Amino acid sequence: MKTSHRKKIKLALRYIAVVALTILFLFPIYWLFMISFKTANEIYAYPPVWWPETLQLSNYRVLFEDGDAATVGNSLIVAGVSTIFAMILGTICAYSLARFKTGGEHLANWIISQRMIPPIAIVFPVFLLYVWFGMVDTYFGLILLYTAFNLPYVIWMMRGYIMDIPISLEQAALVDGYTRWQVVWKVVFPMCRAGLFATAIFTFVFAWNDFIFALVLTRTDVATYTVQVTHYFGGQSNFWGKISAMSVLGTLPIFFIVAFMQKYLVRGISLGAVKG
Amino acid sequence: MKNKRPLSQLILGDRGFKYQLIAPSIFILLLIGIFPLIYTLLVSFQGITMMDNDTSFHGLQNYTALGTDTRLWEALMHTIIFTCIALPIELLLGLLMAQLFIDKLPGRQIFIALLVLPVVVAPVVSGATWSLLLDTRFGPINQILGWFTGEEVTLLWTINPDLVYPSILAAEIWQWTPFMFLLLLAALSAVDKSQLEAASIDGAGYWTTFFKIVLPAIWPVMAVAILIRGLDLFRLFDIVWALTRGGPGTMTETISIFTYVKGFQQFETSYTGAVALLIIILLSVLVIGALKKVEIAR
Repeated sequence: MKTSHRKKIKLALRYIAVVALTILFLFPIYWLFMISFKTANEIYAYPPVWWPETLQLSNYRVLFEDGDAATVGNSLIVAGVSTIFAMILGTICAYSLARFKTGGEHLANWIISQRMIPPIAIVFPVFLLYVWFGMVDTYFGLILLYTAFNLPYVIWMMRGYIMDIPISLEQAALVDGYTRWQVVWKVVFPMCRAGLFATAIFTFVFAWNDFIFALVLTRTDVATYTVQVTHYFGGQSNFWGKISAMSVLGTLPIFFIVAFMQKYLVRGISLGAVKG
Repeated sequence: MKNKRPLSQLILGDRGFKYQLIAPSIFILLLIGIFPLIYTLLVSFQGITMMDNDTSFHGLQNYTALGTDTRLWEALMHTIIFTCIALPIELLLGLLMAQLFIDKLPGRQIFIALLVLPVVVAPVVSGATWSLLLDTRFGPINQILGWFTGEEVTLLWTINPDLVYPSILAAEIWQWTPFMFLLLLAALSAVDKSQLEAASIDGAGYWTTFFKIVLPAIWPVMAVAILIRGLDLFRLFDIVWALTRGGPGTMTETISIFTYVKGFQQFETSYTGAVALLIIILLSVLVIGALKKVEIAR
C-alpha cells in the first residue's frame, strides 16, 4: 500500500512539472496569437492585456486589404515548387547512392556537408551570380536556391528510407521486364511513400521558414512572409498587429502539418540518425 | 542467368544508369555550390565596394585585412559565446524534460506534440515573438517580474547591454530545447530496460546507472543532436536579427550578421567574398572532422 501511495504522489508531481513546462513553452505562442486578435488599444495597453475582449480580425483584414498577405502566397509558391523539384531529383539521386553505392561514402559525406555550411556563406556568392544574370527578386532564382539547399537533405533522408526497403522487389520487377527507370517510378517510389511524404514536409518547412535567403534575394515581387514580418519593425512605430497577424498566417499552416506527422518528426529533425 | 539484353547495354546501360540518376542533383549542387564560389574567389581578390567598381586585382589584400578586422573576430567570438551557453543549457534541459516523459503518463503524446511546437516556428518569427514578449512597457515579461517585485519593472531587454545576451539566449533556448528533448526522449526510450533492472538489482545508485549505462547508450544520438545544433548555432542569424539586429552597437553581432552587414548594407563586396570563403573553409574542416566522429552516416 505504501509504495503505491508513493507512486501516486510521484506521478502527481511529474504531472505538475509536465503541465507547468507545457504552459511555459506554449506561452510565447499564445501571446503571439492573442496579439493578432487584439485591437490597437489592447495591444498598447498598460498593464498588458492577457485576453482580448473580442477575438476580432481587423489585423488580418488589413493584411489582405494592403496585399501584404500575398507574401504568404509567395512563400507557398517557392516552398511548394522547390519541394517538388528537390524531392524528385533528390530521390532518384538517393536511389543511386543507396543501391549502387555511387561515389561511395565520399560522395554521400560531401552531399550532407553541403547542408551544413552557413546559409550566409552560400547566399553571398549566389547573390553575386544572380545579380549578374538578373535573377534577384524572381521566383525562379529563389526556387533554384531552395531546391539546391534542400537537395542534400532529401538525398540523405531518402537514401536512408530506400535502404530500409527490401531489394528483392526491385529484382523481381527487373526479371519481369521492367526497365531500370520503370523500377524507380513504379516500385521504389511507391514503396517508400511514407518516407517521401515525411521528407517532403520537412523540405517544405525549411523553405517556408527560411529568412536569410529570402532577405537577400527578394525585394518586393517575391518577398516571402518571413521577410514581410521584419518589414514591420522600424524605429518607433512597430506595427504589432501586423507583425503578429502575419506571423500567425505563416505559423498556423505549419502547426497543422506537423500535427499530422508526429510519427516522422524525430527521424526528420535528426537527419535520419534516430529512426524514432 | 538468362539475360536477353545486349551486352553493351548491360555494361554501359546499367553503369550509365546510376550516373543518370545522380546527374541532375549533382548539376544543381555544383551550379549553386561550386560555380558561385569560384566567382566569389575571383571577386575576393579584387577591390569592389559600393563606391568603387574596382575589378583590378589586389592580390591577397582582402585576406590580410581579415586578420586585423577586430569586428570580424569579435563577431566570431559572439557566435562562440552564444553556442557555448545555449548548447549545454538546451542539452541539459532537454535531457531533464525527457526524463519526465520516459515513464507512462496520461496524455503523454498530446504533451509531446504541444511541446515540440516551438521547433517548427520560423526562427525569425520566434525572434519577433520574443521582442513582443520582452517589450519594456507592453510586454508581459516585465509585467510578470513586476508582480514579484511589487513595483513597475522597466527593463530594456533588447537595448541594455547587460540584458541583450539573456534576451537572445532566452528566445534561442525556448525554440530549440524541445528539439533536444525530442531526440533525447527517443534515445532514452531505446535504452535496454533489462540492463537497467540488472543494475538496480546489483544495487547501483541513480548516478552510477546514468553514467555507466544510460549515457553510453544515448551518446550516439546525443552526439548527432549536438552536431546539428552546434552547426545551427554557428549560423545564428534570424533570432538575433529580429531582436537586436546585432546591437547595441555590434555587441550581439554574430558571424552571419557581420557578413550580411558587410555584404548587403556596407556593400564591401570583395571583402565580404573573402569573409564568405573563410567561413566556408572553417566550417568544411569542422564538418568533415565532426562527421567522422558521429554516426549520422550508416
